[in-house]
Amino acid sequence: MNQTFKKETFRDDYTFSNSPEAVKRFPFPFHEDEYMYSVNIEPHVKTAVGSITEFTFDIDEHYVAECEDKAITLANDPQRYLCLPHMMDAQWDTLELMMESMSNDYPEQFNLTKEGDNWTWVNKPLGITTKFVFGDESSLPMEPLEYIGRQVQGDWVMLDQRDNNLFADGAIVTSQADWSLAIDVGMSWQEWHGPVPIANEIGVFDRALKYLLNLQLGSPVRRLNWTMTINPRLDTSPENYPIWGPDRLSVTPENVGDKVHLRVELQTLFRLPRSNGMLFGVRGYLISMNELVTNPLWAKRLHRVLKGLHPELAEYKGLSYKDITIDWLSKYDDGTSSE
Amino acid sequence: MSHLNVKVAAIEQVTEHVKHFTFISENGEKLPAFSGGSHVVLALNINGRIHRNPYSLMSSPLNTEHYGVSVRKQEMSRGGSVFMHEQIKVGSRIQITYPVNLFSISKLSHKNILIAGGIGITPFLSQIVDLNRMDTEYELHYAYRSPEHGAFRQQIEDMCGERSHFYVASDGQILDFYALLSKQPLGTHVYVCGPEPMVNAMIAAARDLGWPEKHIHNEQFTAPQAGESFKVKLALSNIELEVPSEMSMLEAIEEAGVDAPYLCRGGACGRCELDVVSCDGSIVHHDNYLTNAEKTGGKKIMPCVSRAKCQQIVVNL
Repeated sequence: MNQTFKKETFRDDYTFSNSPEAVKRFPFPFHEDEYMYSVNIEPHVKTAVGSITEFTFDIDEHYVAECEDKAITLANDPQRYLCLPHMMDAQWDTLELMMESMSNDYPEQFNLTKEGDNWTWVNKPLGITTKFVFGDESSLPMEPLEYIGRQVQGDWVMLDQRDNNLFADGAIVTSQADWSLAIDVGMSWQEWHGPVPIANEIGVFDRALKYLLNLQLGSPVRRLNWTMTINPRLDTSPENYPIWGPDRLSVTPENVGDKVHLRVELQTLFRLPRSNGMLFGVRGYLISMNELVTNPLWAKRLHRVLKGLHPELAEYKGLSYKDITIDWLSKYDDGTSSE
Repeated sequence: MSHLNVKVAAIEQVTEHVKHFTFISENGEKLPAFSGGSHVVLALNINGRIHRNPYSLMSSPLNTEHYGVSVRKQEMSRGGSVFMHEQIKVGSRIQITYPVNLFSISKLSHKNILIAGGIGITPFLSQIVDLNRMDTEYELHYAYRSPEHGAFRQQIEDMCGERSHFYVASDGQILDFYALLSKQPLGTHVYVCGPEPMVNAMIAAARDLGWPEKHIHNEQFTAPQAGESFKVKLALSNIELEVPSEMSMLEAIEEAGVDAPYLCRGGACGRCELDVVSCDGSIVHHDNYLTNAEKTGGKKIMPCVSRAKCQQIVVNL
């Protein structure tokens, strides 16, 4: 694969944009004209060439720029990486899974060589070569999850499984949709999902937990989730709310197409072998309304989904600019089928 | 569900009734890493019918060039363990599942008490490797019938040293659960694997002594029991089938060509749970997964081990 990586920013001047190819492969999440929470989990199997699930971990045109943005966020706030001491096995499990997958799937970009426990990792796009001893923390410049998490797009949470429950006991989180790692680290499944409206009442989380406790090694799963973001900003954390929160008030009928972005999360879950823990990935994809309406069916469908969105969900997702967006999208909806 | 293709590299007669099997992957590559306490499910083709039996991995999680399982020949077996003992030879090819762990060591425990009865020793051998590696405090208490039944004793002494304790029933050595569990520090977890009466007695003693429920762990795979035959209707696939007396409901469903979910096949994990739409008789629950309320409610069944006494049971599959 001959991937070129864009030079772009996710803050300040916000030069991020999607190429036509990136728009084409965007994971539009709505299968019908309305949306409600469900246990929409499916096997994380490889799909068509060029799709975002062609490989276990998707490396796309935004890879280098996203990793650079991640480094800025971590430099400003080192607490975006937190890990409890009993998760060291899970950290190595995660590093191994990512290095093996990426070097197998993108051999021109990434290379992993092993001589026993002496490993050499080469990341060409980021210009990294590291020799280290697998299982020996002192041989890496930082803990394994932070080391590899800086080199993979998205946020990565490691879950410990005990007491028939899952605990978010370690993570690297730099592009979250308004949740705080510093607050959530160590929390149980029920605790960190507590704030989500409606889904708790309809039993979605109880069923999903029961399913995930039996997640099998070698059979990862995935689901899509979504929200919306003003400006193509990755770091929409509670810690930095004063920086990005007020942007919600900047949306006008004239700038909806540029400012309002649909943000889709490809969430993946992997059983980890040595730790019997789990890796939970949240990989975000951003698309501006201008880019989205280049697909007429998406434009119609998003218009209808937003119009019918349950008020509690709109409130929880912080879509204070929903009505302006619906008005703007209405000109792309002639009422015909969105199938 | 993902599978691995392995072949038998070595077989060792460990005691009169126990054989140890060493598996290597068919393609010569390393097998997947796993955590102590994991098991795999073997798919055994016995006279054209697939039997699936779970066995604990007892090889070291640090060396996945091979996997090891030990099988006790069960006199009352439906055939799986006898087949392993009599038909499986070096070079035999077997399909196994990826490792699954339903018996993992709590990473937040301050101390771990491992209690094994007879062949129930197997899951602890891989756990001991993890506990040694992580330098976690533990004791192993291994009870068995008579000296010739003490499988793996030498290996255990080598791995655990003074942390291992042996109780040989024929020598009058009895493991006193009350004495053992009443003197443990706060934060201790206890794990038991062995015959059902032993598991139940240990759990009763721990509860009686006020141990927190979350600190009491057991692994108990129930083998499917024979029973009367009955008819099953799969409401979603619109298939009707008969469960013969010597077959489990899950096996009958699989033989009808329906891909039903499962993991442990021993009534422990909950993965194969089915919703019961109707049943014109009663459900005979054999699992350790459903709560008593769920069992009496009659709306759920674990087809890997449970049966029905009825003309027809309708399930959502």
